[in-house]
Amino acid sequence: MNTIYFDNNATTCAAPEVVDEMLPMLTEFYGNPSSMYKFAKKAGDRIHEARQRLADILNAMPEEIVFTSCGTESDSTAIWAAIRANPEKRHILTTRVEHSAIKNMGEYLSHNGYKVTYVPVDSRGNLDLDYFYDHLTNDTAIVSIMWANNETGVTFPIEELAQKVKQRGIVFHTDAVQAVGKIPIDMSKNNVDMLSLSGHKLHGPKGVGALYVRKGTKFSPFLIGGHQESGRRGGTENTASIAGLGKAAQLAAVHMEEENTRVRKLRDSLETGLIDRIPCSIINGDTKNRLPNTTNISFEYIEGESILLMMDELGICASSGSACTSGSLEPSHVLRAMGVPFTAAHGSVRFSLSIYNTQEEVDYVIEKLPPVIERLRAMSPFWKGPETECEIKS
Amino acid sequence: MWEYSDKVKEHFLNPRNVGVVENADGIGEVGSMSCGDALKLTFKLDENEIITDVKFQTFGCASAIASSSALTEMMIGKTLSEAEKITNDDIVAFLGGLPKEKMHCSVMGQEALEKAIACYRGVPVEEKEGEIVCECFGVTDLEIQRALKEHNLSAVEDVTNYIKAGGGCGKCHERIQELINEFKGHEPVIDKKPEKLSNIKKIKLIEETLEREIKPALKKDGGDIELVDVDGSKIFVKLQGACSSCSAAQITLKEFVEKKLCEFVSPDLVVEEVS
Ligand code: FES
Repeated sequence: MNTIYFDNNATTCAAPEVVDEMLPMLTEFYGNPSSMYKFAKKAGDRIHEARQRLADILNAMPEEIVFTSCGTESDSTAIWAAIRANPEKRHILTTRVEHSAIKNMGEYLSHNGYKVTYVPVDSRGNLDLDYFYDHLTNDTAIVSIMWANNETGVTFPIEELAQKVKQRGIVFHTDAVQAVGKIPIDMSKNNVDMLSLSGHKLHGPKGVGALYVRKGTKFSPFLIGGHQESGRRGGTENTASIAGLGKAAQLAAVHMEEENTRVRKLRDSLETGLIDRIPCSIINGDTKNRLPNTTNISFEYIEGESILLMMDELGICASSGSACTSGSLEPSHVLRAMGVPFTAAHGSVRFSLSIYNTQEEVDYVIEKLPPVIERLRAMSPFWKGPETECEIKS
Repeated sequence: MWEYSDKVKEHFLNPRNVGVVENADGIGEVGSMSCGDALKLTFKLDENEIITDVKFQTFGCASAIASSSALTEMMIGKTLSEAEKITNDDIVAFLGGLPKEKMHCSVMGQEALEKAIACYRGVPVEEKEGEIVCECFGVTDLEIQRALKEHNLSAVEDVTNYIKAGGGCGKCHERIQELINEFKGHEPVIDKKPEKLSNIKKIKLIEETLEREIKPALKKDGGDIELVDVDGSKIFVKLQGACSSCSAAQITLKEFVEKKLCEFVSPDLVVEEVS
């Protein structure tokens, strides 16, 4: 049985070209880029090239790119840099639907003398802009808002927000881990000060990320050590992964059109195929402002983990917003923030596609999933057969 | 990905006895949609009170479904009084173990069974004794104490894993921790780290404490004290008046001045005298 991989917002396969780019860095060009001899320069050159490639996809300058170990490190670096640069300011503005990299950082800071404001979202996952503007203060050290939500794919109007924030002289950071490579981002045309990205979300390797830091932004390193990355991140460079990330960025730029045409069509066909065949199912999140590859669908009256494990038996990989980890049965904080009712929030499944997916795979899921939902519903005390009233209406 | 035993997987993928027994003798329903899991258990008895048919409906994760299925298998063919003895540990053992985060699924089985039997006997399900600690899941202090004792639990997280208390809004965590401390015979743990003081705040607080707590006492004996300098956690002071010539000056400094400053400013302060 082949695996059908529809969980690309969790991680992606490394593109074959990326692997080709990485291998020589482990075998041939293994010199330490900080060494003085010519042999090491070859590794340094590859890093230089990767930096340029990353700068190209963002339309930024290569010296504005700092390589890190992952998206989380990029996020933490950005937040620390901003609060250290503005020690007198004690307020942070973010959203209720951030990835745990920002969410947990916010919680940590709120226990350590900072006031953190979380901007709410509406039932479609769109930000409450009035609330956002009302809560910017002179004490705000940094605004951190994700470009696209990992669970629903809903995108936020980052350019507009960054412009307003900039006018107030506040640092603006965006966690763009899900957005880079899927939608166009042009740093020369926006006012974002710092932007986080991660290699493994765009067919690069795991364990590498980058932080874009706009020239002139006050910065202090998170990892203090050697003079690597112009003193902005100590530690010997992960040369193979950096080279892989550079290649992945170059490929993503090439594939962005396909992502927004063919992949979008696949996603739409999966979504309508399932919604049409499965009663009491609904798409979570705004379908207009959304990444082209993501759909989050709730199947009422059943629970997410059960759906995932039954799909796993059929070789289908996806994610659920309801992990039922520990006794805590609270569904995803994103769906709860959107006010999705419990009947639906517990049974939500996220499908996230990539350029490596095909229509055959989509058709397979459309064929195999409805009986799974039916089986689980037959077991559910809340499902009363076809007469069941759907609690959610699209 | 949860590590499930083969038996859990088998019972999840091929659950036994799904459905509702018609004209059931006993019905037990526990959980709710907002809780994230729920179970409805129905059974039928013959004239000898032997369980001849039992069925379940479960809303929940793989272990909730597997636990329910296992429970029905264990019940069938048993007399009511035999079935009554089935505990959540028996369900877990039958399944070859459950991840610790999923133990509450087996507890849900035991609770549904208790309710179904009470329903058959026509006895009202006993009002829970004790005070409700976790509003989200209706768990009382007595239940928590029982879980602590039976499973030798020592953390809020473990309590949540076993009986769900604390798995919702989290408001009850403090009370659960108190019960754990009582169980372990400890004083409540106060997990409040002292706020880190800036130098200015620290000096201000030292001055205030000197004025309010220390000087009046010294003055009564004709003495006084003056703050000279602060260097990190070291406080340099000068004793004045009667205190400066007092033979017990060192004791006054350490036992009175330092203790008061540690109490009101920061516990790591050391007071030294300068002449
Ligand atoms: S009161 Fe216990 S989790 Fe809400």
